[in-house]
Amino acid sequence: MSGATRAHICAVAIAEAFRGDGEMLVSPIGTLPALGARFAKRSFEPDLLLTDGVSQLLASAPPLGSTDAAELVPEGWLPYREVFEMLWSGRRHVMMGATQIDVFGNQNIACIGDPKKPTVQLLGMRGAPGNTINHPTSYWIPNHGPRVFVPDVDVVTGVGYDRAGELGDHSARFHEIRRVVSNLGVFDFETPERRMRVVSVHPGVSVDDVVGNTGFELVVPDAVPETRVPNADEIALLKTLDPDGLAAREVPE
Amino acid sequence: MDKRTTLSEVVSELRDGMTIGIGGWGSRRKPMALVREILRSDLEDLTLVSYGGPDVGLLCAAGKVRKVVFGFVSLDSIPLEPHFRKARQTGRVDAVEYDEGMFQWGLRAAAHRVPFLPTRAGLGSDVLKLNPELRTVRSPYADGEELVAMPALELDAALIHMNRADQHGNGQFLGPDPYFDNLYCMAAKRRFMTCEKIIDTADFAKSGSIHTLLINRLMVDGVVETPGGAHFTECPPDYGRDEAFQKEYAQAVKPELWEAFRQRYLELDSEADYQRVVAER
Repeated sequence: MSGATRAHICAVAIAEAFRGDGEMLVSPIGTLPALGARFAKRSFEPDLLLTDGVSQLLASAPPLGSTDAAELVPEGWLPYREVFEMLWSGRRHVMMGATQIDVFGNQNIACIGDPKKPTVQLLGMRGAPGNTINHPTSYWIPNHGPRVFVPDVDVVTGVGYDRAGELGDHSARFHEIRRVVSNLGVFDFETPERRMRVVSVHPGVSVDDVVGNTGFELVVPDAVPETRVPNADEIALLKTLDPDGLAAREVPE
Repeated sequence: MDKRTTLSEVVSELRDGMTIGIGGWGSRRKPMALVREILRSDLEDLTLVSYGGPDVGLLCAAGKVRKVVFGFVSLDSIPLEPHFRKARQTGRVDAVEYDEGMFQWGLRAAAHRVPFLPTRAGLGSDVLKLNPELRTVRSPYADGEELVAMPALELDAALIHMNRADQHGNGQFLGPDPYFDNLYCMAAKRRFMTCEKIIDTADFAKSGSIHTLLINRLMVDGVVETPGGAHFTECPPDYGRDEAFQKEYAQAVKPELWEAFRQRYLELDSEADYQRVVAER
């Protein structure tokens, strides 16, 4: 072992979801996605566009929480009105969270229970419907379990492959759920029926662990590899990008 | 034209059952002095149209709201707005929930005086199921693509808060994001702007570039100077969010704490009293 923690492995797995994106706006929602996106920009995807989380595009990929002006050089202005322009144009890859996600990648962040009088009101639709129908979307789920990976979501905020299929190839031509990364493994939808498939399990996690913590039937290939472990240089870069160890708080060992 | 007025005069123009758009975003640059003035009034049965924050939460907690049109309601540093959640979970308010992008499209449709604008956003999601009155429209061109016909979000009144304004109703934002405040104004029949400071028109150029003059006077019917008027939401560069106060507000969702919070901060005669009590904490 190279001294990589589970948080490091998750961050790099998230970064890998952005591999190949090139000159795209990447919108990572949350700590681990932010770390992963910055790692990707600093290592293998230097052309990614990243924001400061408010309204500036940053020329660099600074450490999380940095307030050092030298590290926060703006290269553009991206207020919310321009975010919508960008995302409706398709030049964006978002990584969102999900309170619930199903086998086809339908996501729920709106509420639990009957939407007329929810048991638990969550965030709301936010941008999920527009994101998922307009450009690539990935998900980061730090708490993989059967209450998150559910047979049916209570509300479809982010559109999954069954719903996209009903719309037809033309209407859904920009729909893509690229990757789901959880604290247990990496998943995609590269199957004939577009059901969720195990791509890899993190070191120390068995396929049975993943299956047992998932509330629907995953597609499990005959051989499931381990998620790649970052090397010493990559771990050093992760530590530079996360000096306060925020990632480890979200993904404990 | 001198459009200066007062908070109470603005609120006296509002009526029960009106649809009111509130500018800002989440817990950012919200016209909170006007929200507090509504709390002091007898208004009820309101429909709020908002990228929601504590504006929505406070008005829901005070029983002023019948319906909320929203894409989210959040306090930013506290992701879920507790008072809004309570109102939803007890079924006290109706919800009309859109994707965030659809929401600005609806404001834009109203601003353009067209009944709808087409968009791909919403297709395949439960936005259409939860809003059964929503319709799709087919492209009349060769592609024949089906799109969501986002209806105009017409407002009876718009309330916004700017950093600077002049007495004529021109408004200047000095923070990082204009949000959609100009669209709210253009979508509304009556438009009211509070600001941190009313300055001479000639002084706009001293405080910011020409690009910061988001609101022009044909968008505004009344302007009120309310220093601290966005409190406890952020209003940079004048001030950041009052996180301690926001936390107190969020905790006051507990019934045993709400009454004390209400009496201390909301059962006051005026915005000036509120600002004094907040300063003296």
